[in-house]
Amino acid sequence: MTKNSSENTEWPLWEVFYQPKDGKPFEHAGSVHAPDAELALQNARDTYARRNEGIAFWVVPSDQIVASSPEDQGPFFDPANDKPYRHPQFYSVPRAVKKRK
Amino acid sequence: MSTFDTIPKTKQEALVETLLRLADDRLILGHRISEWAGHGPELEEDLALANIALDMIGHASALYTYAAELEGKADEDHYAYFRDDIDFKNIALCELPRGDFAFTIARIFLFSTFSYFLYQKLIDIVEDEQFNGMLQKHFKEIKYHLRHSREWVLRLGDGTDESHQRAQDAFNEIWMYTGELFNLDEVDQVAIQKNLFVDTLDFREEWEKLVVDTLEEATLNVPDMEQYMFSGSRQGRHTEHLGRLLAEMQFLRRSYPDAEWK
Repeated sequence: MTKNSSENTEWPLWEVFYQPKDGKPFEHAGSVHAPDAELALQNARDTYARRNEGIAFWVVPSDQIVASSPEDQGPFFDPANDKPYRHPQFYSVPRAVKKRK
Repeated sequence: MSTFDTIPKTKQEALVETLLRLADDRLILGHRISEWAGHGPELEEDLALANIALDMIGHASALYTYAAELEGKADEDHYAYFRDDIDFKNIALCELPRGDFAFTIARIFLFSTFSYFLYQKLIDIVEDEQFNGMLQKHFKEIKYHLRHSREWVLRLGDGTDESHQRAQDAFNEIWMYTGELFNLDEVDQVAIQKNLFVDTLDFREEWEKLVVDTLEEATLNVPDMEQYMFSGSRQGRHTEHLGRLLAEMQFLRRSYPDAEWK
């Protein structure tokens, strides 16, 4: 059952991102197979725009996405664990600022 | 009105007739396309075809519901399930068997280009608010059907040797059924006088241009425009295929009239 990649007749994979509303960041919806960009957009529409999800799509060839690897999790993300002062909620709002609201 | 050979007299009769003609085309073609569900060439295209089929059946359902309201029938099912083939007013193009993927795409493309121009003109002239509202709502979906099928015509025509040949065969085979898109009979003439329909010959050139341009871009030959054209479906003279389609589509509702979704 092994197939080498030259025999692979499946269409390339595309990652689909949708924008829920004007000004909102694009979110990952999932992926579709498509032979080219226009049909990737159309397949995204038919797969992920059936329930009024958003107002715009991005489609990106999946092999163009550069991802961090699981081993990167430590050096990339752990250092933030004990630095709550990086969250705005860490700081109490001065009374003078509150008053102005 | 339920028989095909009655010429409408009042505006309401003409409206019902127009609604049923539009609806029958869309129900029958929608049903044909729905036969792809679970058999599409790719999962994504399976979904796309199912969406298009559902859109068309949805358009038919809205049009039937309005006709039922005007005629005092219980609901849209009266038209879909309890009429025989001779009473269906759809054109033969919509009832031909499913065919291969190229045939499916060629048919959706030719029908959607026609619907695109027809709806565009109808939206301009139809005064009946409920009817016009449906046309506007459905027009958005028609634009997508046109875009999707046009892109596929380009890819099949300008694709592999096999896809090119299949697309060419599909257009050659279906061409004699495109004449009916533009046939106008007395029923249509009454509807046109009452601002419920438009003279389809007014946009025939625009339709031809879009079709010819697309076929040429797809490196396909344009079939002979002067060839013999099939006719008579709007008057109830259908191909043998409609009866079989209806047998499958209507059997459950007719055998179990009180069946409900549980």
